[in-house]
Amino acid sequence: MKKIQILGTGCPKCKKLFEVTVQAVKDVAAEADVTKVEDINEILKFGVMMTPALVVDGEVKVVGRVPRPEEIKEMIK
Amino acid sequence: MDWKKEFKPLLIIVSIFLGVFFLPIGIPRFDNAVFEALELVKWYAREHVLLCLIPAFFIAGAIGVFVSQASVMKYLGAKANKILAYGVASVSGSVLAVCSCTVLPLFAGIYKMGAGIGPASAFLYSGPAINVLAIILTARILGLEMGIARGAGAVLFSIIIGIAMHLIFRKEEAAKAAVQMSMPDVEAARPLWKTASYFFVMIAILVFANWGKPIENYGLWHAIYGLKWLITSLLSLTFGVILIAWFKISWWKVSIAAVSVIAIVLFGSQVIPHDVLPVVAFAAGAIGLSVVTSVDKGEAGDWFSSTWTFAKQILPLLLFGVLIAGFLLGRVGHEGIIPSDWVSAAVGGNSIRANFLASFAGAFMYFATLTEVPILQGLMASGMGKGPALALLLAGPALSLPSMMVLNGIMGFKKTFTFVSLVIIMATISGIMYGYFF
Repeated sequence: MKKIQILGTGCPKCKKLFEVTVQAVKDVAAEADVTKVEDINEILKFGVMMTPALVVDGEVKVVGRVPRPEEIKEMIK
Repeated sequence: MDWKKEFKPLLIIVSIFLGVFFLPIGIPRFDNAVFEALELVKWYAREHVLLCLIPAFFIAGAIGVFVSQASVMKYLGAKANKILAYGVASVSGSVLAVCSCTVLPLFAGIYKMGAGIGPASAFLYSGPAINVLAIILTARILGLEMGIARGAGAVLFSIIIGIAMHLIFRKEEAAKAAVQMSMPDVEAARPLWKTASYFFVMIAILVFANWGKPIENYGLWHAIYGLKWLITSLLSLTFGVILIAWFKISWWKVSIAAVSVIAIVLFGSQVIPHDVLPVVAFAAGAIGLSVVTSVDKGEAGDWFSSTWTFAKQILPLLLFGVLIAGFLLGRVGHEGIIPSDWVSAAVGGNSIRANFLASFAGAFMYFATLTEVPILQGLMASGMGKGPALALLLAGPALSLPSMMVLNGIMGFKKTFTFVSLVIIMATISGIMYGYFF
């Protein structure tokens, strides 16, 4: 079961990343759990300064932008 | 009935009912204010959306996608040259903070993991003020002088605030977190000069399409005004070539878009009034560009996506801000609900009190992205002095009560209080100086 975290303080880009990720997970029927991390201090613990960010199993994959669905699917396989 | 949950919808319904029940229609001041709000929003739609905001969104979208944030962040990291970091922090807001939502996380990051509280504070102050959309709209609506003053003031005073914060709190500089900064990927798909030219052409199109009519009927300014659409067209053709050559958009798609615009120009003059024709052609060009980029699967597609996200996010807020500004303050030369004398009395002229009041109010008031511009416009038309206007422009976007609470969570009460005080003082001083010299 993959653990996917979306780091973001609640701005539109962060919400979009969350939606796109949830959709990508559905599309490839991956076994994954998608959660949002909104607290700034928690986000900093990942070493992330530019939100939104995508973290898969504790590893930061994308920082500062909303990747294309194909890119996300690649990362969650 | 779960009253704890249901009291909220009930409260909303009752408030709206009371508001509508007692709606003061018929009272001239109220009717006039509503009329002013509608007139103002119409004016914005006609004068600024097509020629100014749409290109601005494309530029902002491009910055979001094509400028390597990673290379800028290098200068703000923990190992960066401290002196250089202040300079970079004070101007990078234009490139890093295109989306206002990134300012607070970036600030937290620079403070805790990067160059420290000094550069972080500099960034926090200047970022919201010099984001590309804010500068473009300020220059366009409040005048070039004000746009430049806002940009220059933000940059200059951000360095001062940053250094002040650093000096005041130097003994407390916490040990940097051992966590390595996660950098955004550095993808340089094309050499820097190509990216720079691409931006240059877009900005040039924005500038020339919006070249204002000067008062004199002679001179360089006037000559350029006469040629502005010719220049804009040539720039647009260049841009089309750039899209094909460097961004790999198929030539036939770009050509169809270009041909449609040319057709409108050649044949439209029979049905479209002469003064509106350039705007229609420009709009057609924008639509063509949108169509061509939105279907692209590569970088151009990302660019359009980023542009569209900005438009979706900002246009509703701006529309709302304009309506409120129009209702409260009215258009230039007219009054809204608030009598102009109140405004002149409070923030007219260039006294220390006026500047301080403007700065203080600006710091606590929340301004959604770009809404400070129509509100400032209304205030200035109602008698606010230029100095206090700049003070509000510098203190307003950077801070608000909600953002102060977030800052408090990041750096604690003492530092937040110091930062807010420094912002208010600097904004007041900038205002007084600007009002005095201009």
